[in-house]
Amino acid sequence: MAKAYYMDKATSCLPVFHTSELTKTYQQGEVEVHALRGVSLDLFSGELVVMLGASGSGKSTLLNILGGLDVPTSGEVKYQDIDLTRAKDRELTRYRRNYVGFVFQFYNLIPSLTARENVIAVTEIARDPMSPEAALELVGLGKRMDHFPAQLSGGEQQRVAIARAIAKRPKVLLCDEPTGALDSATGALVLAALDTANRETGTTTVIITHNASIAQMADRVITLSDGTISGEYRNATRQDPRTLSW
Amino acid sequence: MLLFRASALHTKLRRELWQMRGQTLAIALVIAGGIAVCLLSLVNYSSLTATRTQYYQERQFADVFTSLKRAPRHVLPRVADIPGVTRISGRVEGVAKLEVPGFNDPASARLVSLPPQGQPDVNRVYLRHGRLPHAARNDEVAVIGSFAEAHDLLLGDRLGAIINGRRQSLTVVGIVESPEFIYVIPPGGMLPDYERYGVLWMAREALASAMDMRGAFNSLVLQVDPALPVAGVIDRLDRLLAPYGSTGAYAREEQFSHRFLSDELNQLKTMAVIFPTIFMAVAMFLLNVVITRLISTQRDIIAVLKAFGYSNWQIGWHYSQLVLSIAFIGLLIGTVAGVWLGRALGELYMDYYRFPELLFSISPLWVLLLGLLTLLVALLGGWRAIGSAAALPPAEAMRPEAPASYRVTITERMLSWIRFSQPSRMIVRQLARRPARAAMSVTGIAMATAIVMVGNFQFSSVSLMVHTQFARVQQQDLTVSLTDPVNQSAMYGMTRQPGVRYTEGRRVVAVELVNGHRQWRTALTGIPDDARLQFVVDEHLNRVAIPPAGLLLTDFLAAELGLAAGDPVQVQVLEGHRPVLNLQVSGVTSEFLGVGAYMNLAAMNRALKEGPVINQVLMNLEPGQAETVYRDLRDTPRVMAINIRQAMLDSFFETLAKTFLTYTLVISLLGGVIAFGVIYNTVRISLAERGRDLASLRVLGYSHNEVAHILLGELAILLILGIPLGWAIGHGLASLVVAMMQTELYRVPLIITGRTLALAANVVIVSALASGCITWWRLSKLDLVAVLKTRE
Ligand SMILES: Nc1ncnc2c1ncn2[C@@H]1O[C@H](COP(=O)(O)OP(=O)(O)O)[C@@H](O)[C@H]1O
Ligand SMILES: [Mg+2]
Repeated sequence: MAKAYYMDKATSCLPVFHTSELTKTYQQGEVEVHALRGVSLDLFSGELVVMLGASGSGKSTLLNILGGLDVPTSGEVKYQDIDLTRAKDRELTRYRRNYVGFVFQFYNLIPSLTARENVIAVTEIARDPMSPEAALELVGLGKRMDHFPAQLSGGEQQRVAIARAIAKRPKVLLCDEPTGALDSATGALVLAALDTANRETGTTTVIITHNASIAQMADRVITLSDGTISGEYRNATRQDPRTLSW
Repeated sequence: MLLFRASALHTKLRRELWQMRGQTLAIALVIAGGIAVCLLSLVNYSSLTATRTQYYQERQFADVFTSLKRAPRHVLPRVADIPGVTRISGRVEGVAKLEVPGFNDPASARLVSLPPQGQPDVNRVYLRHGRLPHAARNDEVAVIGSFAEAHDLLLGDRLGAIINGRRQSLTVVGIVESPEFIYVIPPGGMLPDYERYGVLWMAREALASAMDMRGAFNSLVLQVDPALPVAGVIDRLDRLLAPYGSTGAYAREEQFSHRFLSDELNQLKTMAVIFPTIFMAVAMFLLNVVITRLISTQRDIIAVLKAFGYSNWQIGWHYSQLVLSIAFIGLLIGTVAGVWLGRALGELYMDYYRFPELLFSISPLWVLLLGLLTLLVALLGGWRAIGSAAALPPAEAMRPEAPASYRVTITERMLSWIRFSQPSRMIVRQLARRPARAAMSVTGIAMATAIVMVGNFQFSSVSLMVHTQFARVQQQDLTVSLTDPVNQSAMYGMTRQPGVRYTEGRRVVAVELVNGHRQWRTALTGIPDDARLQFVVDEHLNRVAIPPAGLLLTDFLAAELGLAAGDPVQVQVLEGHRPVLNLQVSGVTSEFLGVGAYMNLAAMNRALKEGPVINQVLMNLEPGQAETVYRDLRDTPRVMAINIRQAMLDSFFETLAKTFLTYTLVISLLGGVIAFGVIYNTVRISLAERGRDLASLRVLGYSHNEVAHILLGELAILLILGIPLGWAIGHGLASLVVAMMQTELYRVPLIITGRTLALAANVVIVSALASGCITWWRLSKLDLVAVLKTRE
């Protein structure tokens, strides 16, 4: 309840992300694929947003643009004062390094590095990281720090990926189907880790999913379909992800 | 700076290098092979060059050489007055037949006088042991090290010598070396024979009185002011000495020992370039394949690193470090091996070249340059893959790589009448899917085949060269050189000596062949019409008839002089009245050893306006009678020197072959390394790329053998294509090597035997089998479940 109140105050602040009329078109051979067809959206500091949508609706495309992995075909996207619309590769790199944490569906850990070393790979290029151990504790992996990815289960690997993402104390945490490859019980653990990270670090968090039940853990839910925003609502309360199931 | 700190990426690098240690080592060894060949050639090149330069300087090696019939010593000040001449030494030279206690073969020696003060001003000798002969003693000699070592001569040992027909007893007081005789070769022979030919130094008075040369000299060596042209000095010298029977002065470049060493140095230089180039090209290709593969499996990791803010430059540098590490390992192994092999080869050279000691020298700058070049080559090899990793757009890399586009291949359609099994179809499609890489693999295998071939064809070529020269072209047991020309009838006396079966007389004179501004000093040999023991052959080893008039020239010589059949050539005879003959080249001959000019004996006698004379007798002996004949010949006054065919053969295999074949062996071994590097990497990558497919097949019920068939079948196709291509490339390379091995002393013929081809193929196939076994074993460890679980 207190949190919701806090968030209400936060939403009155200036948005951290602002996009207007974003489009993204891919040229695939002869055909043009319109992945985004004019997305206008504001994201506010500290809020946890769940983005829902069918497969192919453009969620990943939007997330990649917000994270500075890609640039839009037209429209405008800004992170605070940083204009990501026409940023050069070098500026995007600096933006990602200083502000963004990513979590991907397939974990994408470096197989030849241990859990701890995977986190270090990110903290050692960050400006003000937390200790890799602390990050792993936060996701409940304090005891598995020296295991290689191959020695961890899918859910554990995904939690290492979350530790890696939050260890740099990012301003925004972008998660692309973090539970997509996991069963519901394991997925709940992973979501709980994200929830904890959001509460304890106040990081603006975007979680992409095509699974509607996850929406209950969000402050705000945005629905994407066919490259446009088709719906948006605010949850009165954020539900603890441990109580969710699907 | 982050780039150099021990970071998580360094840990990744280290672990990955360790995980692919087989491939890393295979590539590093190929690089090491190139570095080693390059270094061993460079080490020897620079060591021999430095040693020679220092030796020449220390010992005041002459710039100009001349020999003459006889000139009074009071001519010497006039020689010294020639502008440009800085130092001179007028000497007496002679020849002796030697009797070494306990050694029954004929041995001979060149005698050189030493001035009363001991060391001459020019061509000073290096005293290894003992002292120089005393000026007033006529029985003391200093012996060249090669001869002393061959006979275990010690100071105080005695030798019998026949000088100018008189028998003398000599005491060894010193063992010496000379810059003039770094490479010691008997006259008329073509290869060193340390047991049967030596050089002795005696006091001038002693030698002069033995040779009836008191107050005179017959050999002159001098140094010339480096700022002045040597040619001018030679001109004036020739004019000054013409009345004294000079055979014409010549410069250092034409001095035999110097020239031979220079040829060798040039070959080393070529070696330092040609072989390493091949090795590096192969290494580049291997790096390219391995890194491309590695990067394609790490697309998602690269994307994640970029998503977290690693810059393109950092990613590029990370993979560059991988490549550089492999190159560095190769560099390290290669440097150690190269320097070690270089030293070993240097020791071999020291048996062969008479230097006081070998200065090991290798310019650090060269090593540094080689190192930089290697790293650069490695980076170039990985360039495309690393560049694509650095440029990989992260958003795109997150998406799984598009499924490989296989095609129904043209080959398959062409071969549609064959009913391919599904595994065979997979083999063909895999090859067709990456035609560039398949082509490179085939080329790599071909290169390995070619290198082994180049290393080995020399074995058969050299033995053929020797076989031809000594068994077919030189069928005599003995070659007897006479001090002066004699009437052919004198030969019949020799034929009647006990133990002699057959004799053949020849006329040999020293000449200078001149064509325009090109000239060459060599021997002109008159061969009788019915020569049975030694004759000349063409490139197919068929006997060439000696034309009734005109010259036959060794093809190498003809090329050097720019002459072809039908061209006129001036022949300046360097003996007797020194006539100048204008003759015609009537053909060329092929010889593997030495060079020369040949003519019909009768025609030559007529041209020289002399009777039917000869000064060389070739002999065949009755079995078991050799020693009797040797003894008789030693006591025959007109006999100057004797060359024994068998001895030549033996010495050939002991000396020349040793160096040559050691080198060859090393190169074959390195070829094996390349073959292994290429094949092992090809198979491993194939396995890595297709582990999933193969595991799926296993799950579907294919047996281990059937799955291995797919992998090894691909290898078999690469081999079937690569080996014949390698034979072709090897043939080309071999002709290149043969071309660069053309020296005055010997020319290795381009003979590629079935054995050479088979050996090259076998080395490659053995490497392939070894790789195949490793793959087989790997395949049996293929974790079916794990492979299927991972996302591709
Ligand atoms: N690199 C690309 N090239 C071509 N088409 C793409 C590319 N990335 C995405 N698309 C297309 O854009 C659309 C939206 O994709 P995406 O954002 O990944 O959807 P979602 O994440 O919601 O499933 C899809 O139709 C997809 O095929
Ligand atoms: Mg998606």
